[in-house]
Amino acid sequence: MTSILTNLFDGVAYGMLLFVLACGLAVTLGLMNFVNLAHGAFAMAGGYVCMVLVNRMGWPFFAALPLAFVSSAAIGIVLERTLYRHLYARSHLDQVLFTIGLTFMSVAAVDYIQGSSRVFINLPAALQGQFDLFGVGIGRYRLMIIVICGLLTIALQMVLAKTRFGSRLRAAVDDPRAASGLGINVPQVFAFTFAFGCGLAGLGGALSAEILGLDPYFPLKFMIYFLIVVTVGGSSSITGPFLASLLLGIGDVAGKYYVPKMGPFVIYTMMIVILIWRPNGLFGRTAAR
Amino acid sequence: MSASSDVGHHAQRQARWHYGEVAFWLIVLACGFAFPTRYLIMTDILRLALFAMSLDLILGYAGIVSLGHAAFFGVGAYAAGLLALHGIVNEPVLALIVAGLAAMVLGFATSFLVIRGVDLTRLMVTLGIALLLEALAERFSNITGGTDGLQGIEMQPILGAIPFDMFGKAGFFYSLSVLFLLFLFARRVVHSPFGLSLRAIKNNPLRAAAIGIPVNRRLIAIYTLAAFYAGVAGALFTQTTAIASLDVFAFERSADLMLVLVIGGTGYLYGGLIGAVIFRMLQEVFSTITPQYWQFWIGLVLVVIVLVGRQRLHRWVLYVPNLVIKQIAGRKAVVAVPESET
Repeated sequence: MTSILTNLFDGVAYGMLLFVLACGLAVTLGLMNFVNLAHGAFAMAGGYVCMVLVNRMGWPFFAALPLAFVSSAAIGIVLERTLYRHLYARSHLDQVLFTIGLTFMSVAAVDYIQGSSRVFINLPAALQGQFDLFGVGIGRYRLMIIVICGLLTIALQMVLAKTRFGSRLRAAVDDPRAASGLGINVPQVFAFTFAFGCGLAGLGGALSAEILGLDPYFPLKFMIYFLIVVTVGGSSSITGPFLASLLLGIGDVAGKYYVPKMGPFVIYTMMIVILIWRPNGLFGRTAAR
Repeated sequence: MSASSDVGHHAQRQARWHYGEVAFWLIVLACGFAFPTRYLIMTDILRLALFAMSLDLILGYAGIVSLGHAAFFGVGAYAAGLLALHGIVNEPVLALIVAGLAAMVLGFATSFLVIRGVDLTRLMVTLGIALLLEALAERFSNITGGTDGLQGIEMQPILGAIPFDMFGKAGFFYSLSVLFLLFLFARRVVHSPFGLSLRAIKNNPLRAAAIGIPVNRRLIAIYTLAAFYAGVAGALFTQTTAIASLDVFAFERSADLMLVLVIGGTGYLYGGLIGAVIFRMLQEVFSTITPQYWQFWIGLVLVVIVLVGRQRLHRWVLYVPNLVIKQIAGRKAVVAVPESET
């Protein structure tokens, strides 16, 4: 019984992490209709920035996290303004080729700069180990992830639903032409959203070094996970991807624990079945965009 | 002249063999005799060319985007490896066909998943299938050898007469014959009414359905055929290198394949062949400059190609050969750039 709860807890932490990693992609892929397979590269960038700051320069872990966000967002906005912008109107095939190219470049570049082995971020002692809560083993680090990611999710939902920027974004997504007719600077809104999504991925990358493992092949290894979150979750709100991440996280952890031999099998099958059953995602809109 | 006979005339003219094509194959054959020390890399190029041709069949002619074409390559590779290892089918040509059929069965089964949905769903589903197979191959390591791959494959002589030699000469000519035969068949297919209907589907599925083309059935048929081609390419890989490891399913293989086709251009069958040559040469050049990081430059090439625009580049690739033909034969370009690209 307690092992079930511990697994559930780990699964939730994993899922929350996936959500932070992937929700930027939910915006680009789901809302802006741009297939960005290089999303994991931004996450990796954030993770490596955090690693360098903490391990090499002796920054405290919690001070390095915001910087991981900022650096990934900065890379994101530079690439968006210079490269991505030209590809919004292109076919999906072009976008796929372009972002695969970027992914390959990022993998090789990080391999060149930091070496190909897995890196670890030195965690403060307060985050290590686990404690028992009514007999359920709770990892401190995972608890922190749940807290941070949970707060982020609530904040995101509030921003989207309550603020002026949120309503502009929703308007730009629903009908870009009408939105720009109303005086909303649609490209600017998209650029900002893209950068913010990249920043979140960077933060996720920094947080995930401990759990998912951080090496130069990160973007390729987890690409499929991000895509699953977005395609299964759909794009109508952030609730969809959020639920999809939790489902995926819990499913993956439980799958690895209870049927270790089937490995990643469970989630790939799940993804294919869901895509066939509901091509627009479990929580997606019914009409194709 | 009625519209239908006009179309027929045009299609027939397109289907005729041109001097340029004959010259192309003669050059390929000549390479086999001109560079006796380079059989291994040339065999590699032929394999890649066949694999790329398979993707071209579905991407260039039917407009199906696939990120998991390595699935069929891998099934073909393992099928050929297992057949040879356990001595089930010893004769390579027969084993090649059996391996191709195995991939074909998978292609037929998965085609029903692929024809549903739009580009994005197709990308995800094909990618998912390839990853699934990779996970399967890793899981059943007692059959596939896991990460070590299949080892100790010994190939019997081709047709019971020509043994594989260590310089790869037999392997080269064997691969070349397979490629050429399959090319002839593919050429016949794409110039047939069936092939024309595929192009109609690619340009506008809705309209194609409206004029009575059974869209789904045609897509299933071409996807299955392409799976057979990819399976044969995989089987050739195992037979000529005598190894089959997990990386036959790798995502990089499918991505590289895309690059090959993008370099060569889609929709005229030679794209895969030309692309394979250029891709391998690029890879050679990059890996001599930076042995470990050639992937960076491959990525850069992809990015630049997309930014420059595939159509523009495509015309450039064909510019020189067409110019030569124009000068010699005194007529218009033989290898036309297809009007619409996905």
